[in-house]
Amino acid sequence: MSFLPKSRKARRRLMAVAVAAPILAIGVGLSLYAMGDAAVFFYTPVQAHQKHVPSGRTIRIGGLVEKGSVSKSGDGRVMFAVTDRLATDKVEFKGDLPDLFREGQGVVAQGAYRDDGVFVAREVLAKHDEKYMPKEVSDALKKSGQWRGGPDGGASASGGSQRP
Amino acid sequence: MIAELGAFALVLAFALSAAQAGFSFAGRYWRNAALRGAGEGAALATLLTTATAFFALMVCFITSDFSVANVAANSHTDKPLLYKIAAVWGSHEGSMLLWNLALTGFGATVAIWGRDLPAGLKSLTIGVQGLLGLVFLGYTALVSNPFLRLAVAPVEGASLNPILQDPFLAIHPPFLYSGYVGFSVVFSFAIAALIEGRVDAAWARWVRPWALAAWSLLTVGITLGSFWAYYELGWGGWWFWDPVENASFMPWLVGAALLHSAIVTEKRGAMPGWTVFLGLLAFSFSMLGAFLVRSGILTSVHAFAVDPKRGSILLGILAVAAGSGFSLFAWRAPMLKAGGLFAPVSREGALVLNNLFLATAALIVMTGTLYPLGYQAATGQPLSVGAPWFNLTFAPLMAVVLFILPAGTMLSWKRADALGAVQRLWAAGLAAVAMGTGGLLLVQTKTAFAAIGLALGGWLIAGALAELAFRVRLGKAPLTESLRRLRHLPRASFGMTLAHIGVGVFVLGASVETHGRIEAARAVAVGESVQVGQFTLTLSDVASVEGPNYTAERGTVRVTSASGDTFLKPERRFYPANRQTVSQVAIQSHGPSDLYVVFGERREAQGKPSWLIRAYWNPWARLIFGGPLLMALGGAISLSDPRLRLAAGARARATAIAGAKA
Repeated sequence: MSFLPKSRKARRRLMAVAVAAPILAIGVGLSLYAMGDAAVFFYTPVQAHQKHVPSGRTIRIGGLVEKGSVSKSGDGRVMFAVTDRLATDKVEFKGDLPDLFREGQGVVAQGAYRDDGVFVAREVLAKHDEKYMPKEVSDALKKSGQWRGGPDGGASASGGSQRP
Repeated sequence: MIAELGAFALVLAFALSAAQAGFSFAGRYWRNAALRGAGEGAALATLLTTATAFFALMVCFITSDFSVANVAANSHTDKPLLYKIAAVWGSHEGSMLLWNLALTGFGATVAIWGRDLPAGLKSLTIGVQGLLGLVFLGYTALVSNPFLRLAVAPVEGASLNPILQDPFLAIHPPFLYSGYVGFSVVFSFAIAALIEGRVDAAWARWVRPWALAAWSLLTVGITLGSFWAYYELGWGGWWFWDPVENASFMPWLVGAALLHSAIVTEKRGAMPGWTVFLGLLAFSFSMLGAFLVRSGILTSVHAFAVDPKRGSILLGILAVAAGSGFSLFAWRAPMLKAGGLFAPVSREGALVLNNLFLATAALIVMTGTLYPLGYQAATGQPLSVGAPWFNLTFAPLMAVVLFILPAGTMLSWKRADALGAVQRLWAAGLAAVAMGTGGLLLVQTKTAFAAIGLALGGWLIAGALAELAFRVRLGKAPLTESLRRLRHLPRASFGMTLAHIGVGVFVLGASVETHGRIEAARAVAVGESVQVGQFTLTLSDVASVEGPNYTAERGTVRVTSASGDTFLKPERRFYPANRQTVSQVAIQSHGPSDLYVVFGERREAQGKPSWLIRAYWNPWARLIFGGPLLMALGGAISLSDPRLRLAAGARARATAIAGAKA
């Protein structure tokens, strides 16, 4: 055991590093590995089309709920369209829409495209606060020049005072 | 008038915390008892004035004084009294006031109960606590003042978000904040010890009760919040790995690590630097949480009181407080004397392993929470990191540490006999294997993960009981001897057993609920039914009802199962003051399992009105919340152990002196 340091203190320190390093390495490795699979990207419809997001891959899409596009069927399914004014996606969702879901307002849905191009949402995100505009959506609309709301981001992007 | 009194008290508290810090540091510097006493008096006065401000705000809410901007924005005359009071901490300004109340409260508690502390350490702790108070009271008084008046008072207030009008959410913030802010005392103790340059067993003994109290309160706070999300949001889930949840979870993990490392420092004098580091880290994570939740920098399902401008000030506070703490640590920590040596296989060794895993887990939660921020800043591409990522990274790490846990408790200090520990655990191992295979065969789970979870839960509970049995020499000694030993066991060891059983109970609940949940959703007309698991739910009636500040559609759902018929009444409430609809879930408990029914919106199906009914069968869901409550109870029992109480040493000394005189 001559390659070990002589002093007990140094030996103990070596031991601590020898135990801590693999645990940390596993932790870091695991998180980076998982990030490749489990991170969910956010796109607006036009970005998703440009990136050719493959069907079946979990993403979030966000935009405005197109007016008059919401149809609710008896079996619990809801269809609506999400638009960023450059492109529009049909979204299908089975379940109760969040209480703040409204036509003409911002929405974020998590799910995947089906082969026929319909976005099947597993989750339509609810926000508890009173601003009906998710941050990603207002940022994306501002970037593409489609933002028509107030400068504070709190107003509705459809322009009118749409507080229901 | 009351609002002005509150505003005045708040500014006074701000000034007093400056006095608290000044007198305390001066008292330490000149070793002057009068100055030290003045510092302690100022700490008490800071608490009194902050409490005055807090109750003044409460009076404004109770009397619905809408000339106060904060009341007008968050209250309404129709609201029940409980929610008028809860609205005090329902907004950004009010919640910061609650934070300050907890902060000054803990400072004053150190002044009152810390009689046994060395004078220098005590003064420095109270002084640092005063500095923290100065920063946070200053923030509240200057940029987040809840007492600002409106030029024209509205006739009616905007009311509190109805989703927050819930008894559990009313008591959730006080617990959560006491937990968050409780770590400030540990932070102050750590800074004081670094200034004094001495961290020894006595220091760890003084710090441990504070860490234990803060951690137990935080546990209760998180559990209440999770239970609220479970039954109020109506999604059937209880933990979403949402940034706001993670913000509370990071200090919890670090706090759990701190509890264990403080034991090592107390019993063996080892790892003083690491314990101090965790003490600094726990409150830094608390402050990071306060920033993340309020700045709106991360998209969260329950972001709260979002205000980016003030968020950046909070970030500044975090940077200054945590930054100076860690700089002091980098400067002074090398001077700390490292104590007791120990072999790798020993109680200390096991606790070091526990700490490594818990700290890595906290690091992972932080990575997952902040990664979207960094990624978006670097590439401009927004993304989110959700439950799948945390299930892949956090869960396996925790599984390993929980697997080691029962063995760790069986090891003795300094140098242990690993083989002996394994022998003592054979019964627990058998129980775990039995539960795992039983789970595979009986619970009809789809994945092996549920079986692993069951085995792990069984292992933890049986392991904790085996440790207790070993301590009282059950079976090795006569029963009367075992009972006598049981009576004389210190409460702290009961606390440990209970907390570890709580971990096992939680693991059982979480694995069974996650893998055994059954879900059904269907739009039904009156008379039609939905099938979920062994239950048939028939919508038998829909009625309109009037609440105090809402109107609701109430569905009457007949639940038919082998054991007969029962009725559930879920509601869908509309709050006119907020123009918002909220579901009121109906939950029927079957032992530890829940039948969970959500009454959805009205739809037309084949010309008939119908309602969307979502139903979940959540097996063993109650264990998910019961487990953490057991952990917190374990913490409270440990805390009641006379050995841990601060004044105990003084009392023991007094008796010794009295004994010597007699």
